[in-house]
Amino acid sequence: MKVIVNGVEHEIAAATLAAALKALDYENATVATALNGHFVPARKREQAKLAEGDRIEIVAPRQGG
Amino acid sequence: MRLYDVEINSRLLLGTAQYPSPAILAEAVRASQTEIVTVSLRRESARLREGQDFWALIRELGVRVLPNTAGCHSVKEAVTTAEMAREIFATNWIKLEVIGEADTLQPDVFGLVEAARILNEDGFAVFPYMTEDLVVAERLLEAGCQVLMPWGAPIGSGKGLNNLFGLRALRAHFPDVPLIVDAGIGVPSHAAAAMELGYDAILLNTAVAKAGDPPAMARAFALAIEAGRAAYLAGAMQPRDMAAPSTPVLGRPSLAR
Repeated sequence: MKVIVNGVEHEIAAATLAAALKALDYENATVATALNGHFVPARKREQAKLAEGDRIEIVAPRQGG
Repeated sequence: MRLYDVEINSRLLLGTAQYPSPAILAEAVRASQTEIVTVSLRRESARLREGQDFWALIRELGVRVLPNTAGCHSVKEAVTTAEMAREIFATNWIKLEVIGEADTLQPDVFGLVEAARILNEDGFAVFPYMTEDLVVAERLLEAGCQVLMPWGAPIGSGKGLNNLFGLRALRAHFPDVPLIVDAGIGVPSHAAAAMELGYDAILLNTAVAKAGDPPAMARAFALAIEAGRAAYLAGAMQPRDMAAPSTPVLGRPSLAR
């Protein structure tokens, strides 16, 4: 299934956001996630089902003013 | 100084972006003696994991973080960014930026008030980046904000306090609200001037990060802010147009002839 991760198309087999993070190698990283523009808390990633064309954003702390 | 329920000693809030290196950033934060640094959220690459190293550095510094919503141009983006920031940084503090114009990075004050209301109702402690407009300030307070952060000048411009009259009026109108000048500060004298007006604190980034010696400039700002605050508390004299001799006139000997 094709999904867009941080603006880049990926082919993944994962059915949930939690599984996608694992497949994409974000395990043990401090990240926050959004699915199709909506925040998905870490505790709800297991229940967040993925569908073809979904947009996933994965963010982390960065320098800011 | 009390910001929401937290007592803060340092009146300098420092940004963490644009430093020559992480080591210089860390040194500047220590030299500034700040207790609050601003941070952001950006896309993380699984391969590079830049954010993980940065976050480890900030945690080591032992300061409180104020996450921002920099770059957000809509209420939805700002609210979603705030929600992500609350989870990742484990704080309900948010520096709320809703940008309305790309050249000046001027806040969209309508979106700002709307986003502030949503976030305050959701339990956030909102630090709104705003213009110095009195009515906008009133609306933000009505929306639940307990701190206001008017700009001095456009972000990164280093031009100082563009509207002294507006900033003075804002201070006079809201004597009990913590007011922080955020953005536009270029040199320590700008920060001192804002503190002399009675502002509670200064938030700056570029002026330190882009200085020749960022830690030394951080120290200079800390001193200027402390001096400005002390001067405000001491009460400044009233300026006048004509000279007034400071040495007593009475008792001057007659020596002209």
